[in-house]
Amino acid sequence: MFFTILRIELFKIFKRPRTYISFGAIAVIVILVQLALKVNGKDFIELYTDSQSDTFEIPYNKILNGYFVCVAVLHMILIHVPLLVALIAGDMISGEANLGTLRLLGSKPITRTELVLAKFSASTIYVILLLVWMAVLALFGSILLFGQGDLVVFKEMDWHQMNSYDVLWRFFAAFIFASLALTTIAAMAMMFSAFSENSLGPIVATVCVVIVFTIVQQLKVPLFEHTINPWSFTTHMLGWKGFFYVEKAADGTTIDGSIERPMALVRSGLILLGYIGLFMSITVWHFRKKDILN
Amino acid sequence: MNEIIRVNNLTKEFKEVKAVDNLSFSVREGEVYGFLGQNGAGKSTTIRMLLTLIKPTDGTIEIFGMNLQQHRKEILKQIGAIIERPDLYNYLTALENIQLFAKLSGIKIPFTHLKEQLAKVGLADRMHSKVKTYSQGMKQRLGLACALIHDPKLLILDEPTNGLDPQGIAEMRNMIIRLSKEQGKTLVVSSHLLSEMEIVADSMLIINKGKKVVEGNVKELLNPEYSIVELEADTETALNFIRNSEWNKYLKSVANHIIRLEFNKDKIPDFNKELVAHDISVESIRRIHSLEDYFLTQTKD
Repeated sequence: MFFTILRIELFKIFKRPRTYISFGAIAVIVILVQLALKVNGKDFIELYTDSQSDTFEIPYNKILNGYFVCVAVLHMILIHVPLLVALIAGDMISGEANLGTLRLLGSKPITRTELVLAKFSASTIYVILLLVWMAVLALFGSILLFGQGDLVVFKEMDWHQMNSYDVLWRFFAAFIFASLALTTIAAMAMMFSAFSENSLGPIVATVCVVIVFTIVQQLKVPLFEHTINPWSFTTHMLGWKGFFYVEKAADGTTIDGSIERPMALVRSGLILLGYIGLFMSITVWHFRKKDILN
Repeated sequence: MNEIIRVNNLTKEFKEVKAVDNLSFSVREGEVYGFLGQNGAGKSTTIRMLLTLIKPTDGTIEIFGMNLQQHRKEILKQIGAIIERPDLYNYLTALENIQLFAKLSGIKIPFTHLKEQLAKVGLADRMHSKVKTYSQGMKQRLGLACALIHDPKLLILDEPTNGLDPQGIAEMRNMIIRLSKEQGKTLVVSSHLLSEMEIVADSMLIINKGKKVVEGNVKELLNPEYSIVELEADTETALNFIRNSEWNKYLKSVANHIIRLEFNKDKIPDFNKELVAHDISVESIRRIHSLEDYFLTQTKD
């Protein structure tokens, strides 16, 4: 029965026009960033390399390839995608309550746990499809527009350079990690959705929580750095960047296939999984005992 | 006839409010069971407990001879329901909606049967239109088609005529009668339109403030030979007379200067004569003759 409900939930998601707003928004943003970098790519790179440009010659044209543009796109838009995820996941239960269809679902021979888990799985599939769409546009679109080459990533004062043959798996891993991060947002939005009777509340609540924790994280004050930030999901959501930071050999050359801090990535992944487990447990626990009044 | 539903001492409390208070009733197979009460009487709460949407604070519900909490899935497979409004997915077509609910019923239903069901409720021409373009009556018919798609033994309709025009109400009434008489289905129907209940229900339960007021066969409750008589008179004198006469055994209640008695309608002239003979000034003697009067009488504070 779980898979029947899952198919129904996916059918409902993809029959609603609002679902395609997210796909449309991502397409517009990616294309705009690609267009901007096509025209002003050199200026963009100079933002990061300004201090070094006097010391040695920067190969702007080589740096500005499809892989570099894709990382830039991910940096710019992954922070905003949670809003798009909240738009769908935050509506999964409360939207049904608002529409009046939750009581129809609740009176069918399916368990409430099955229903919540199917809805969560449908939200996860939506997140993955959103990221696949982003990957197709950002990665393959940028490769088509800018070509391939070695990838250079700027991290504060460091440059991380990867050979072109050592890049694709990193994108693949980064997209998987981003899926995990966005699934955490979906789980949180679902949790708020189970407590609410209208669609807007859970969406706004999810966005507010993400904004608050992002601000706390960016304040970088010791009070938060040692207490909230190590455990905040917004900190670990950015873990995907870790796949583009590499280890260097003694002579300063990049070690192929390496990741600078692999254990930090594992820790981030586990913390995000923990959050998903926590949010979903609360959702199932609350929804199972909830009186469906609307 | 077998009992399809047996409810024992059902109670539901919402914080400080007791929405349903120690309610017990039973519904027999094949009958239309009217569930009557004013707004806020506890009808919808009870119906939602029958459908597992609300968890009872106390009491037990048995449907088809099985405990509802322990055999939820098995029982719900055999129930169809419309709860207040037929809220459906407005962004889907009628065919998509019925398809969806057919899948959720847990029973395999051929695709052709879905179309037939829509045709039965007069939606064959509009089955590919989105539900948001439907009138309230069409939505109600689609809701009924969805509720019936898995051929349930028991149909629970909570206020099924809400928001319908007179034609829609008549259609719904005929549909209820047909389902009961022609297809042998058991129906639990709640409504505040008592005249409708009078026509369709075989048995009924009247509740007020979550408590059972009366339960019984509609014909018996409305037996014209056995009437409720309301007397408006000098209450003290009239009561004194009644309590010291043979009429005392018919006395039911006294409220707001109205004395209520239950006896055969043929006795009314004699009763009136005796009141006059005892110098009791009678303002009015009224016989309550419709279910609506009965309902209002029973649920009045």
